Amino acid sequence: MADQSTLQYTAEHEWVEVIGDVATVGITAYAADKLGDVVFVDLPAVGAAVASGSIVGEIESTKSVGELFAPLDGTVEEINDAVVDSPELVNSDPFGEGWLMKVRFGELPPLLSFEQYSELVAE
Amino acid sequence: MTEHTPAPDRFSPLHEVHVAAGASFTDFAGWQMPVRYSSDLAEHHAVRSGAALFDLSHMAEIIVAGPDAAAALDFALAGKISAIKIGQAKYSLLLSREGGIIDDVVVYRTHENRFGVVANAGNRFQAAGALAARASEFDATVVDESDQLALIAVQGPKALDVLLTVPELQLELPATELRYYWSTLGTYRGHEVMVGRTGYTGEDGFELYIANANAAQLWADLIAGGTEHGIVPAGLASRDTLRLEAGMPLYGHELGLETFPVQAGLGRVVNLTKEGDFVGRAAVEAGPVEGARVLVGLAAEGKRAGRADYAVVDADGAEVGIVTSGALSPTLGHPIAMAYVDPAVSEVGTPLFLDVRGTRVPASVIPLPFYKRETN
Repeated sequence: MADQSTLQYTAEHEWVEVIGDVATVGITAYAADKLGDVVFVDLPAVGAAVASGSIVGEIESTKSVGELFAPLDGTVEEINDAVVDSPELVNSDPFGEGWLMKVRFGELPPLLSFEQYSELVAE
Repeated sequence: MTEHTPAPDRFSPLHEVHVAAGASFTDFAGWQMPVRYSSDLAEHHAVRSGAALFDLSHMAEIIVAGPDAAAALDFALAGKISAIKIGQAKYSLLLSREGGIIDDVVVYRTHENRFGVVANAGNRFQAAGALAARASEFDATVVDESDQLALIAVQGPKALDVLLTVPELQLELPATELRYYWSTLGTYRGHEVMVGRTGYTGEDGFELYIANANAAQLWADLIAGGTEHGIVPAGLASRDTLRLEAGMPLYGHELGLETFPVQAGLGRVVNLTKEGDFVGRAAVEAGPVEGARVLVGLAAEGKRAGRADYAVVDADGAEVGIVTSGALSPTLGHPIAMAYVDPAVSEVGTPLFLDVRGTRVPASVIPLPFYKRETN
């Protein structure tokens, strides 16, 4: 599981872990908790170009549907097939095995720090 | 004109218990009620395979009493309430003069001349108001006791076992002898209680009506006693998927003022052979307009559920209906939905499509309910 304090975040309750020019993206525990039990995950195709802020997938729970936003511009490098087969990983390990996609990017946009995100969800 | 200020949130008498249990809350008709404690799915499966406890204290309890109480309810509701025996419960409908549904209710006959009408939280004032108005010509009084009463439901195949772990619950008719849709009065630690073998999950179960002040102790006793039977507290999220699997309508989704009972498959709930008039009778006899949509069950493959307000389309992409409730069924493992569709496509086996946010998901009409428990 990634150290949450070193991750970056978005206001859409996604986390981003940057290693080199590849960003691993998932949704936060807060978002997973709000959704309830995740039963279906739809992820973009590997190789797809994604634009920051655009909807690239869906995360469905028994009760509602959450949208997956691309947190940055780039190309989908890899998706988590395990989470497609076992969507409950989003609930059980949102910052680890429940990661959703890896995006190769050119430029990193401004994201929220752990402290900023913590303040956001505390409101 | 009436001025509307936002009503303050209402809290169940069990609110502190839920907070301590780690519940997440949701607004339901102005009430802050538990939506889940841990996992919707775990709570759903607990009801199907073991037992779970629900707090339904937001629901409305309206007492109709007096020498003409039965006659008043025969006039006020669509069913023949005078025909039920003391202790019996009956599902019924409160119709508008135009034949629409003001609320769906369960009526308990607790005494010869005393009935408890349980209404939906969101329809409390409409239901109490309509009952009072309709009873005004009869020798009967209508008293809304919703603010005084809590409601706890024990649901699941082990519900009876759980109830029997609480010896402080002394019932006039033992729970073991209580048949489905019957009820009994009794006491719990000396306080009045009414227990019905009823529910909204498709499983066996009991609903316990008790004064607010005694609810937390009863809840704690049921949890403590039920532990050996694997009881868990369950929230409204699982209650919704449970009732959907059981094909039970939810007011505001499958039922409303614009819905005729027959459209919702509830024609049998309206007793057109009972003597005397009842509110909505003429309109129901005339029936809805030709071609009015009817409620059906839909099953789809895959994992993507059609949800409320999604369109149902035919092979040409023409809209032929609207989903009123839908979910990936936790018990069956595939998406299910209830939808109002054109009569022409309402036959069981008709292939249709759900428009799931732009993707056409194949679905077919199947009989309701989606899930039926095995009974001996």
